[in-house]
Amino acid sequence: METIILMIFGVVVAPILGGLISGVDRKVTARLQSRFGPPILQPFYDVAKLFGKVKVINNFWQVFCAWVYLIAAALSVALLFAQSDLLLIFFVQAIGAVFLVMGGLASSSPYSQVGAQRELIQVLTYEPLIILVFASIFMVTGSFRIDEILAYDQPLLVKLPLMFIVLGYALTIKLRKSPFDFSTSHHAHQELVKGVLTEFSGPYLGIIELAHWYETVFILGICALFWHTSLVGVVLLLASTYFAEILIDNTMSRMTWRWMLKYVWSVGLVMSFVNLIWLHVG
Amino acid sequence: MFKKFIDKSRAKSPWIMHFDCGSCNGCDIEVLACLTPMYDVERFGVVNVGNPKHADVLLVTGTVNPRNAKVLRNIYDQMPDPKGVIAIGACGLSGGIFRECYNVLGGIDKVIPVDVYVPGCPAKPEAIIDGVVTALAKFEGLRG
Repeated sequence: METIILMIFGVVVAPILGGLISGVDRKVTARLQSRFGPPILQPFYDVAKLFGKVKVINNFWQVFCAWVYLIAAALSVALLFAQSDLLLIFFVQAIGAVFLVMGGLASSSPYSQVGAQRELIQVLTYEPLIILVFASIFMVTGSFRIDEILAYDQPLLVKLPLMFIVLGYALTIKLRKSPFDFSTSHHAHQELVKGVLTEFSGPYLGIIELAHWYETVFILGICALFWHTSLVGVVLLLASTYFAEILIDNTMSRMTWRWMLKYVWSVGLVMSFVNLIWLHVG
Repeated sequence: MFKKFIDKSRAKSPWIMHFDCGSCNGCDIEVLACLTPMYDVERFGVVNVGNPKHADVLLVTGTVNPRNAKVLRNIYDQMPDPKGVIAIGACGLSGGIFRECYNVLGGIDKVIPVDVYVPGCPAKPEAIIDGVVTALAKFEGLRG
């Protein structure tokens, strides 16, 4: 019973939290560029407006994929709040990521196609890293279940500092921030319009935005596991991590997928192995 | 309640798309100047999108001729309702000094319905922002 209440709480609170984070993100980005910036509630206005627009669709599959993406993202957050199994959560969110790509591939628009291929490469890049992070959490705590991880008496950050940086890479890719924002970018007008989101419009774009908020909360929730022992620690860790993301987003330019694959896999894998060997020795 | 919030949001989040029907670039530079930190229209929720399917307001500059009229019409048709169109600059309004040219059709409104006319050669950024705000009144008019 308690689990179900927690799940419902997660599903309701996560989009509100995600929207607020997105609003703060835009505000901070604007301040970094010495602009005033939109109000914090701006993402909610955007999504509400998108839901109020006329539905223009290409085919059935596009709509279906948008919905599956939303449901998978919401379900992964719900499972996270219900303190379920990390591996189960991982597979559920992977389904969402794949369905977004399928939605992009569902239309014949070249921008959408290119964006979907790039999104697929992004998924390919961050999924192994997330699995490695989960595996290392298992090696420390001896369990994939979140309730058992939360029972561990020491912050995971002490034992897995490098794995947290690896998770940071996954976060940057998942949030589609520079230098990894090549599947869908606000700033790539001439290059690929809006990438995988090109053919989604009106309410369906709103659904995808909503799912993106869920994903933001989801991956920040995984980050929170690294300092689960104190509430202050969690807030401090998440705030500094997200601020670092915004800073990186504003100082880096977009790179190619080849660079991303080479850089993230090599650095990510090396850091993972160093951390795991250190864990084994120490 | 949701309907009210959506109506309010329409006025708070106009995503603009900018189309240049072959202007001298003067008006285009002024449109882009609105997005710079100097004028910063993003504080009103304006985002410059490159995709007509995401846009709410279409900003058109330059003279329409038979060739780009098709493109303009196509872009306009791809934008989901409710949408607004703003014609910017003397050329966009009437053809300007090119009005009598053999290949110029005249104003933007010969091809697509225009909601707001922003005069000037080039139009000032302040006038363009004012035009966008005036176009939002059309969205608010949808309320009733």
